Amino acid sequence: MKDAVETPPDRTLARIPEVGSAPIGSDAERYLSELWESPPGWRGWLSTVDHKEIGLRYLVTSFIFLLIGGVEALIMRVQLAGPDRHLLTPEQYNQLFTMHGITMIFLYALPVLSGFSNYLWPLMLGSRDMAFPRLNALSYWLFLFAGLFLYASFPLGEGANAGWFNYVPLSGPEYNTGPNIDVYALGMVLLGISTTVGAVNFIVTLFRMRAPGMSIDKVPILVWGTLTASVANLFAVPSVSLAFFLLWLDRQNGTHFFDPLNGGKPMLWQHLFWMFGHPWVYVIVLPAMGIVSDALPTFCRRPLVGYAAVALSTMATMLLGFGVWIHHMFATGLPALAISFFGATSLAISIPSAVAVFAWIATIWLGRPVFQTPFLFFAGFVLLFVIGGLSGVMTAAVPLDLQLNDTYFVVAHLHYVLLGINVFPVIGGVYYWFPKFCGRMMNETWGKWSFWVLFIGFNLGFFPMHVAGLLGMPRRIYTYAPNMGWNTVNLITSIGSFVFAAGVLIFLANIAVSLKRGALAPQNPWDAPTLEWAVPSPPPPYNFAVIPLIASRHPLWEDRLDAAEGRSNLQTGYLLMDGRETLGTTALDAVPDVILKMPDDTYAPFFLALFSSLGFAGLLLDWNRFTFLMTAAAGLSLVAWMWPRQKLVQRVPGVSRVTEAGRG
Amino acid sequence: MAEALTTSEKPLPIGSAGKRSGGWWGVMALIATEGALFGYLLFSYFYLASQTERHWPPEGLPRLLVPGINTVILLSSSVFVWAGERCLRLRQPRRSLAAMVAASLLGAGFVAIQLGEWHNKPYGLASSLYGSLYFTITGFHLLHVAVGLVMLALLAIWIALGYFDHRRHAAVTIGGLYWHFVDAVWLFVFSALYLFPYLG
Repeated sequence: MKDAVETPPDRTLARIPEVGSAPIGSDAERYLSELWESPPGWRGWLSTVDHKEIGLRYLVTSFIFLLIGGVEALIMRVQLAGPDRHLLTPEQYNQLFTMHGITMIFLYALPVLSGFSNYLWPLMLGSRDMAFPRLNALSYWLFLFAGLFLYASFPLGEGANAGWFNYVPLSGPEYNTGPNIDVYALGMVLLGISTTVGAVNFIVTLFRMRAPGMSIDKVPILVWGTLTASVANLFAVPSVSLAFFLLWLDRQNGTHFFDPLNGGKPMLWQHLFWMFGHPWVYVIVLPAMGIVSDALPTFCRRPLVGYAAVALSTMATMLLGFGVWIHHMFATGLPALAISFFGATSLAISIPSAVAVFAWIATIWLGRPVFQTPFLFFAGFVLLFVIGGLSGVMTAAVPLDLQLNDTYFVVAHLHYVLLGINVFPVIGGVYYWFPKFCGRMMNETWGKWSFWVLFIGFNLGFFPMHVAGLLGMPRRIYTYAPNMGWNTVNLITSIGSFVFAAGVLIFLANIAVSLKRGALAPQNPWDAPTLEWAVPSPPPPYNFAVIPLIASRHPLWEDRLDAAEGRSNLQTGYLLMDGRETLGTTALDAVPDVILKMPDDTYAPFFLALFSSLGFAGLLLDWNRFTFLMTAAAGLSLVAWMWPRQKLVQRVPGVSRVTEAGRG
Repeated sequence: MAEALTTSEKPLPIGSAGKRSGGWWGVMALIATEGALFGYLLFSYFYLASQTERHWPPEGLPRLLVPGINTVILLSSSVFVWAGERCLRLRQPRRSLAAMVAASLLGAGFVAIQLGEWHNKPYGLASSLYGSLYFTITGFHLLHVAVGLVMLALLAIWIALGYFDHRRHAAVTIGGLYWHFVDAVWLFVFSALYLFPYLG
């Protein structure tokens, strides 16, 4: 803590930001490293607030969940490979497909994108960290604990078993008496908190933390995608958290929200769930589409075609995404007017999606594509997106949907869109950014192999599902009779799913080997245009030694594009080093606005997450006193966190009656 | 925007200062998501009310006097919070502290009266659909008021410790915004639970 200066002009409250440069190895650069480094060992591990550390944790954790969900799927495919098999009991099968859905949708699909965005946002935006680094740590810890919470009862054979959509009355107190659904309900409320604080962090980061000159029309599309998804989360997540909370009240406290005998309505569950659930579909694909929009141009050697159109289509998709939830409920007997309206909006949503698809195709068409592994994944993604989108248009047509509802056709559609639009860009994104994450290149030959095995396995596995659905095979059945005509398609699907799994294993082996033996990566191995490639691989703890000045959308390609806007300056810029500092800019034009003080590493987020999670465990086990204690402990962690600090200039300088005890 | 890339020559404020501090944006995002939460609660209320065949509420039309007084109490606490922030700006920390304490007391009064209302209801959370909705919605709101009261108390302590003055008081602005939000939400809750039955 510095001594406060009393006489104005008070340099502790305002100053002209220093301008300079700090090349690698200079005294200033070494000092910055010391400032931003986390302490070594377990203390640093628990208390770090570095977005890069947190982003990688998100990625690794969500990949572990991906593997768990994948194993669950493979077990189901073994069961369904032939008719009348009895590897699994019906109850086991129910828990498997439910946990598979929960894992893939909630514990893999969004967190993996949060991992990318967390790692890349400050690097892409030219900042030294996210807007709220401590909140960032909190969102990770909560995600981890919520994941453990959701899985807590599964090994005991008491996992959630009413499908990830969890319809009442099947999930209500009458038909589901065990702890299965309570674990799911409380775990989802906990996970919702993590998602919400993460979303708040992204939104505020975008508004405040861009490098000077990076006006809103110069940010990468990944940023647009995550921003749109985060805004959607603010409005969608409360719906599902509330639905699960009301369900928990129904189950444990005798309320009547979904209880038809006392005036409750099971349809209320479906409304609340899908008001969240459909926007969520776009939440877990828009950032992935952003990955493609940013990385694909690198391999086409030209900027993305129709930047503004793609950015706007991102937002249009989300806006429309809030108005289509009824298409999950076409078969529930709603009035025809409502159904036709929502059928129409569901068809309309293909328009912004098509804008993005044509932008990617045009980028490939007008560019000079370099067929490296990431490009293959992105190009494959475009194809799968089109197939999944077309089956989506089919199911948006009400009469067809009435026929296809609850058949494997819908399963095929959702796996084409979710794997096609989430998994393929994610794996491509890992290949693309791995050098930045780890400082080494991934093996190209094995990369191509992994793509082709994944691509073939995926189509072999999931395309026949369309056929099974058209042949009338219902979803969520644990086995089927041999004379239904579904034997061959199911066998092909099961074979395909194992081929796909082999592709995932090749990919993981490639990561494991490349971590140790990959070729050392230069700063910008792909010759990419965006700002994250302007720092060493892997980036130093402070990201940018000087906050750069940005003049165009492609700061690293200005020498070859007609940059009418001027030249960015990446060597000389704001050199903020009076403690952990970064620059805050205005929301739209990115004019320097404020020198931001960034928090030091702290345990507060970890403890807040721990106590909150224990409080939820207390609710689950009905230990009221324990729950109360944990709530109080969580509250105290929050007070310690919020206590105004001299170091962050949250207090008036010169007041030092209270020591800096609130270090969390 | 093709501005020349020059660096700033003016002094910039340091830390969470100014009208649009990081915390201000953050609490705005929090208010958006919390507002959505209450929106979904009231959606559930109206959705179930629109399809019910029962008396709504079961005890007949709600009496408005006590809840009306309580609404006035809560809204006036908002005025005191606003005054507390303004006094800080006008370099009157003592008055600011007094205003914060007054706001906290009014908020606590609201909670006390609301708990009395709960006590006077002839039914409970599990007695009927209306009871489930009434206690859940007002319970959610009461929880938000309780959190807000803790925040007001902390702000009062920090003002008393002399942490804030006319130059640095972002926390007061941010906490105040949350409190105003809790009050505004009450107007919606009040309209739905107490005034809406009169329309039927």
